[in-house]
Amino acid sequence: MNKTLKRLSLYIHIPFCVRKCLYCDFLSFNADNDLIDEYFKALGKEIVLNAGEYADYEVDSIFFGGGTPSFPDAKYICDTLSLIFESFHVSDKAEISLEVNPASAIFGKLNSYRRAGFNRISIGAQTLNDEELMKLGRVHNASMFYDTYENAKRAGFDNINIDLMSAIPGQSLESYLDTVKKVLSLRPEHISAYSLIVEEGTPFYDMELDVPSEDVDRKMYHETKSILAANGYHRYEISNYALSEDKECHHNKVYWTRGNYLGLGLGASSMVENVRWKNVSDIKKYIEIFAAKEDKDRNNVDKADVFVDNFKKYREDVEKLPIKSQMEEFMFLGLRLVRGVSLEEFKNNFSCDIHEVYAETIDKYKNMGLLKEYTIDGHTNLCLTDEGIDVSNTIMADFLFD
Amino acid sequence: MDQSKIRNFCIVAHIDHGKSTLADRMIEKTGVLTSREMQNQVLDNMDIERERGITIKSQAVRMIYKAKDGEEYTFNMIDTPGHVDFGYEVSRSLAACDGAILVVDATQGVEAQTLANVYMALDHDLDVFPVINKIDLPSAQPQEVKDEIEDVIGIEAQDAPLISAKNGIGIEDVLEAVVHKIPAPVGDSLKPLTALIFDSIYDSYRGVIVFVRVKDGVIKKGMKVKFMATGAEADVVEVGYFGPGRFIASDELAAGDVGYFTASIKNIQDTRVGDTVTDSARPCDEALPGYKKVMPMVYCGLYPADSAHYSDLRDALEKLQLNDASLFYEPETSQALGFGFRAGFLGLLHLEVIQERLEREYDLNLVTTAPGVVYKVHRTDGTVFDLTNPTNLPDPSEIEYMEEPIVNGEIMVTTDYVGAIMQLCQERRGKYLSTDYIEQTRAILKYELPLNEIIYDFFDALKSRSRGYASFDYELKGYEKSELVKLDILINREEVDALSFIVHKDGAYERGRKMCEKLKDEIPRHLFEIPIQAAVGGKIIARETVKAYRKDVLAKCYGGDITRKKKLLEKQKEGKKKMRQIGNVEVPQAAFLSVLKLDSTD
Repeated sequence: MNKTLKRLSLYIHIPFCVRKCLYCDFLSFNADNDLIDEYFKALGKEIVLNAGEYADYEVDSIFFGGGTPSFPDAKYICDTLSLIFESFHVSDKAEISLEVNPASAIFGKLNSYRRAGFNRISIGAQTLNDEELMKLGRVHNASMFYDTYENAKRAGFDNINIDLMSAIPGQSLESYLDTVKKVLSLRPEHISAYSLIVEEGTPFYDMELDVPSEDVDRKMYHETKSILAANGYHRYEISNYALSEDKECHHNKVYWTRGNYLGLGLGASSMVENVRWKNVSDIKKYIEIFAAKEDKDRNNVDKADVFVDNFKKYREDVEKLPIKSQMEEFMFLGLRLVRGVSLEEFKNNFSCDIHEVYAETIDKYKNMGLLKEYTIDGHTNLCLTDEGIDVSNTIMADFLFD
Repeated sequence: MDQSKIRNFCIVAHIDHGKSTLADRMIEKTGVLTSREMQNQVLDNMDIERERGITIKSQAVRMIYKAKDGEEYTFNMIDTPGHVDFGYEVSRSLAACDGAILVVDATQGVEAQTLANVYMALDHDLDVFPVINKIDLPSAQPQEVKDEIEDVIGIEAQDAPLISAKNGIGIEDVLEAVVHKIPAPVGDSLKPLTALIFDSIYDSYRGVIVFVRVKDGVIKKGMKVKFMATGAEADVVEVGYFGPGRFIASDELAAGDVGYFTASIKNIQDTRVGDTVTDSARPCDEALPGYKKVMPMVYCGLYPADSAHYSDLRDALEKLQLNDASLFYEPETSQALGFGFRAGFLGLLHLEVIQERLEREYDLNLVTTAPGVVYKVHRTDGTVFDLTNPTNLPDPSEIEYMEEPIVNGEIMVTTDYVGAIMQLCQERRGKYLSTDYIEQTRAILKYELPLNEIIYDFFDALKSRSRGYASFDYELKGYEKSELVKLDILINREEVDALSFIVHKDGAYERGRKMCEKLKDEIPRHLFEIPIQAAVGGKIIARETVKAYRKDVLAKCYGGDITRKKKLLEKQKEGKKKMRQIGNVEVPQAAFLSVLKLDSTD
């Protein structure tokens, strides 16, 4: 690893799906082959155009998310990754993940991904109960999931995540725990356990849902932690568990520790050196911008100009974060990690003591037993207690300034 | 002006029977306004009034009508407020008239409120003639309605004009009827000035504009006038008539005229409705009858939701009071709500109207405390004081006894609902007086009721238990001794002064229980359990618990879209800001309002 280079993570958004799940509010949709083809062309151009800006950076992690990255033809994904290798300095040890859907990840595809350089697979299982999968509007069933898991192993993946979801309509505690146990018997390296959040604008929002009560929901969460702990998985973030420390998802930790990440593709979010922005989320526009680039190249227009032009066009909500926002983020993102935030790091980043800024909030929640400070290797961290995690939004909101 | 060519009248009607529409049509037909100039309803010029379909401030308009006899007549139409809270203002407006048009809906017939209004007009010796409106509707039954008017009210109705105010049918007939059926005024212009104030408004340029009906004598520019009740004197600057939506200056107002005058009066308190204006140099012998100083009947605390807006609220109240002599306020402080005002109103509607105007016209976000009445507290040391704020109640050991205001209430209701309404009155500690059947299907129930039992939600309860058929009217009877206690509400064991109120001892438990239940629904769950208790004299009589919430966690990964997560947290924080901090509990403003409506049918 070259120490003089700055660190960077890359997120690649693949906005395509067979169809949208009933609860999904991510940027995704079905598309025909032509649109998919055009999209990857544009994405390739975005990668190449951006790479120059990041000559001083080394890439530690790459994450292909969606949508369903396993839905389009594997060649698009593999070519895109190759292009990234050619354009950026990618570390040998980089964690390179891909989200796959059990319905579309056949062995041939998984094999290609592994060969192309992906070393981590995240499987969106959600639940192993077919009835629950149907309620969610998923396109796969439990047996497809087992096949996918088996195929991923066969293709040589030794770092696999399984996404689980609790609080699914009609789900009982027993049925949830049944899924958890079945997943545990596979011994994946990593498990993400989310609870369903019904978002406005999704079909679920307008449906009468028989979601488990809050008490059951909390039981699911607490049971998850204890069962997983008993099986050797440690929780390192509100919803994430790993079998060993080196299997924690590096890419996700970059988000919580405010590392640099560049989002490429439709609607992808970025934060580099405390500047946040988001790419356009209209696919026609996105493709148009990069198609225009091609036309102008043909007419021999100065390349640099075109780049600057388009650069502005497809990035939205560009915000240079003021110190206060950086502090807020430092707190509400850092507290998602079980280890919490380092008081020393706060001081280094912001040249002031955390207690000067947040004494009232910290004391309040410490007294309520929802936050705690602990010292490890001579460093003091502030983190949520187990009770605090249950109500973490309330606490995090209090770290925002008026 | 020749008095025989003047007609001073008002229109009385049940709500929705078309009073305002008829007024508009008459103004149109008399040609003072073109159709294009017409606002939808010229008389009701305040937003709130229009939305609620009621008239709050009385106003007048002058019309010039060329009658079929070739003569030109001056019509002064005086609008009256339509709610019992403003009963006194209504009576003064009626006193300024010589006759009234009764509008009855051809599809609905005579309704309870129609009767109440007609009786009030007849009480003021007005000549009343009916018109039948909405005759163009398929379900119109004009003949039946005519018969009903004669049977029930006892006034001649067979030649009542059949009209449709909405479609402009029969308006001429109404105008002719005004000429022939409403008597001309009979004042004497040579006598000393005697003029009745029926309304006044404040204008920032001219000061108070006083609305008067001249009974005798003449009022003109330059003369010094005296307000007989308040004793104030002023030099008349301008006199004139009411054009639709504007004032038309003239030289003088003589006996029989309705108009306005200004006299650089700064304080509307000097020009009280019902007072008599006379000539300082040549005063009349006695004031016109019927003047009363209007006293606030209902008090509540008004607080800015954001304490930074205290001075905005003060300025707004000051401005409203310029136009509303019956609005009273003084500063007070609450532990729970900070700095605010104790304000007095004629009744609950008046309170609601003021509250809405403050919120709408002055863009203020308010917290209103439970309205209460004025109690007389007799101390053991023999002194008596008026209690307007429950928190000022002395220790029970210092109280000999307390008195509360009692009203004489009349409820007009169809016989089907007599039972339900009697039960309601019973629940509200009503003392039954009598039942009068005005016809087979209608009765007037008479009750003595404590005022504090009717200011909360009595109207709502009345409406819901009679399916809207009951109407209610009341007047203050006086004060009576009563066993009253102060009910305190504790949120998380902390007494919330803004929620305390006075209640009869027998109703304390019931009320306390309901308040706790209501508050439990209104107060959001916190990180900890919150007991909500009702207490009398330190003794807990009811309790509810707001359970601690167990879950408020975003167990979902938005990937790198941190901005979205931050927005969620910001929304959460914003929501908290809109609440009142009581101890470490956040109480939404709605909680203070919700406890006002606790009908026992729930």
